[in-house]
Amino acid sequence: MNLDSKVPSGPLKNKWSKHLNDIKLVAPNNKRKHDVIVVGTGLAGGSAAASLAELGYNVKSFCIQDSARRAHSIAAQGGINAAKNYPNDGDTIWRLFYDTIKGGDYRSRESNTYRLAEISNEIIDQAVAQGVPFAREYGGLLANRSFGGAQVSRTFYARGQTGQQLLLGAYQAMMRQVHEGKIEMHTRHEMLDLVIIDGKARGIVTRDLVSGEIQRWMADAVVLASGGYGNAFYLSTNAKNSNVTAAWRCHKRGAAFANPCYVQIHPTCIPVSGDYQSKLTLMSESLRNDGRVWVPKDKEDDRHPNDIPEDERYYYLEEKYPAFGNLVPRDVASRNAKIVCDEGMGVGQTGRAVYLDFRDAIKREGQKAISDKYGNLFEMYENITDDNPYEEPMRIFPAVHYTMGGLWVDYNLQSNIPGLFVAGEANFSDHGANRLGASALMQGLSDGYFIIPYTIGNYIADTDLDEVSKDHEAFDEAANNAQSQIDKLFDVDGDKSVVEFHRELGQIMWDKVGISRSEEGLKEAISEIQDLREEFWNNVRVPGESSNYNKYLEFAGRVADFLELGELMAKDALHRDESCGCHLRAEHQTEEGEALRNDEDYSYVAAWEFQGVNGELQEELHKEDLEFDFVELKQRSYK
Amino acid sequence: MADTFTVHLKIWRQDGPEQPGKLVDYTLDKVNEHMSFLEMLDVLNEEIVAEGKEEPIEFDYDCREGICGSCNLVINGRAHGPKDMTCTCQLHMRNFSDGDTIVIEPFRAKAFPVIKDLVVDRSAFDRIIEAGGYVSVKTGSAPDANSIPIDKTVADTAFDYATCIGCGACVAACPNSSASLFTGAKLAHLNRLPQGEPERKKRTVAMVEQMEEEGFGDCSNYAECEAVCPKGISISAIAEMRRNYVKATLAGTEA
Repeated sequence: MNLDSKVPSGPLKNKWSKHLNDIKLVAPNNKRKHDVIVVGTGLAGGSAAASLAELGYNVKSFCIQDSARRAHSIAAQGGINAAKNYPNDGDTIWRLFYDTIKGGDYRSRESNTYRLAEISNEIIDQAVAQGVPFAREYGGLLANRSFGGAQVSRTFYARGQTGQQLLLGAYQAMMRQVHEGKIEMHTRHEMLDLVIIDGKARGIVTRDLVSGEIQRWMADAVVLASGGYGNAFYLSTNAKNSNVTAAWRCHKRGAAFANPCYVQIHPTCIPVSGDYQSKLTLMSESLRNDGRVWVPKDKEDDRHPNDIPEDERYYYLEEKYPAFGNLVPRDVASRNAKIVCDEGMGVGQTGRAVYLDFRDAIKREGQKAISDKYGNLFEMYENITDDNPYEEPMRIFPAVHYTMGGLWVDYNLQSNIPGLFVAGEANFSDHGANRLGASALMQGLSDGYFIIPYTIGNYIADTDLDEVSKDHEAFDEAANNAQSQIDKLFDVDGDKSVVEFHRELGQIMWDKVGISRSEEGLKEAISEIQDLREEFWNNVRVPGESSNYNKYLEFAGRVADFLELGELMAKDALHRDESCGCHLRAEHQTEEGEALRNDEDYSYVAAWEFQGVNGELQEELHKEDLEFDFVELKQRSYK
Repeated sequence: MADTFTVHLKIWRQDGPEQPGKLVDYTLDKVNEHMSFLEMLDVLNEEIVAEGKEEPIEFDYDCREGICGSCNLVINGRAHGPKDMTCTCQLHMRNFSDGDTIVIEPFRAKAFPVIKDLVVDRSAFDRIIEAGGYVSVKTGSAPDANSIPIDKTVADTAFDYATCIGCGACVAACPNSSASLFTGAKLAHLNRLPQGEPERKKRTVAMVEQMEEEGFGDCSNYAECEAVCPKGISISAIAEMRRNYVKATLAGTEA
């Protein structure tokens, strides 16, 4: 497998501009002769589709939701980073880059991460020009706040709805191109396979989720922006429909899946309340700017939190990490919440929660100021839990939130399959083993607005793209493959619901491939997932029919894929015999319980090549060595 | 753990756009006060699937945290149910009591045809945005973000209107099935910002006319839309839209 990262030579700061100087262009009048498929309409897919269409390409856009505006980027709350240095607190592109690569525990590619920081400023300009209503100061200029893991205020935000506002900006830009006839929009369509002809990605197969029809679509390049795979855990902060199917089917066609074990567990979510629970709700970690995290020092303390005096509270983040306090990176905050709960200090009915307390902030700044910053989050919390966070502390617990792993891409965001580009959370590229807060929106929009539109041009200009037809045998094969999987699901005709299988998979993943992992647990997980997968294919019940709107059928296909991916995640976590970022192997910790990296043996991207499923998932490991020419690798310390 | 209780449900079932629909009775006795309304329907669906006599109930949902705008049920005659400023997915069963009868219907409007059961086609909203709900700025052509100072109060008001999630409750609640609040909200967001000013007239006319073409009714100031809007968007948006529309369409009048 060819894992050439195609990183341009030269100093870090010049790589992207050098690349832009060097890449080939497609003349304006030729662009209209080329079709590009974009799968997904979140920040990455939406911005890519709009920008490609503006350039003149004919874009076919697909999403599973009933409107492009509903992609899950819409739910991002806290903000988007940029190195504008408007607050004059000493921020630079280098500093944003350095924080990101350090936050990722040195498991991302230097060049990609630097480019992300470099492009960050353009994104803010673009969004403001679109009319995105970011928070402003009374002088009329943009406001910033600091955000998990950063010592400067570089986060732009729109109350607690930054993702919504940025996504609507991208969606509106898309709709303008739909109006211009440059984007053909297909909502309620799910990609079920990738079509490869002469070694190049030339199309996709979809299912129309309303009519059930299996359809074929041709293009000169395919952009996959289908999001992450956190729903492998069943309960996560992802939307219910978020899934890995489009990416997984590409993987099964030969696209390498990189670092699947890198899963971010977000520290501030509303705890689980019962077995009917269908998803977890994130409380933006911007709350940690003003909220203080604590548990009672005494395990037996069952007083109301407001009645527990100051000296009987354990502010464990502030005590253990005086420099960063409550603003330590997400993995550190999540792990410490688990530790105090494992030690029996957890609160709430289940004992699996910690307090996030605004008492002091309200005393200091007044309820109005706190409400201006977090009003909608407080309302959301009260609505779900029936408790008022202005009057008593929130209860929070970590939940699966974001997946740093994804399809392997080179510097051009192209996978190892020529013509298949991967953007946003669906790729593995920029965050390493852990993503800093307010960096997901930045990456999605950077990929879609400012990278893919150029690198696709380079690919198209540089590639012989022969005429193909939808009758090509590769299309027949892919369409038959999609249909036969659906038929197979109905043919099982078993007794157990898709939801039960998904919930069981999620429990295995959370217990053994979650916040803390061990060799023993991972081996158990692999065997349990294999058993569950076998049971699925012998006992799943899919109601209804395929020629109609059928959500259970959609989920059945997705759960089938999660049952394979889950095993790969565990395999990857098992093979990575070190701790790094979010990946904590119980065997590898410092004395203080921090992730202990092994740069000697594991400073590489693990790219897995699908070989087949035969009871066991067969995957071959390939390695892309990570070279650090510009930063020095250090043990992370937030003390 | 809270005790479970029983609810009686009357749910709209319809096989497809051309088939007739009807309310079907169900009783669910495992309801927990902390469940969300949609989780209650999940539990019911699991029972239906286990029984295997009929197909599960189809309804739209995605984020389940009140922001994507997918979920759209009329509950006891009110779009998104009894709680103000709350989407269906954020409604919890603690708002109901043991023995309650709950009627669940789709968002009904001529412009929102039923696809199946409680799922409707809201693509008309996309076409209204397509008509002009944007600032025509290409990627890469933006000036520095701080080169356009905007009064904080103007920016905040624009944000208030921009929080519309496009769920369609305004349409479902309106006796005229008008989409004026949805359309007005996007106009009120963009038209008051300096970035949106150059296209203000064109945008207003195009979006209003598209709204009419989609088969939405006109506004008669019932204000039912504002009452059910999960994001609390003010009907001032509609007045503003009309003012801009009249100014833009009266020849020779400076808008």
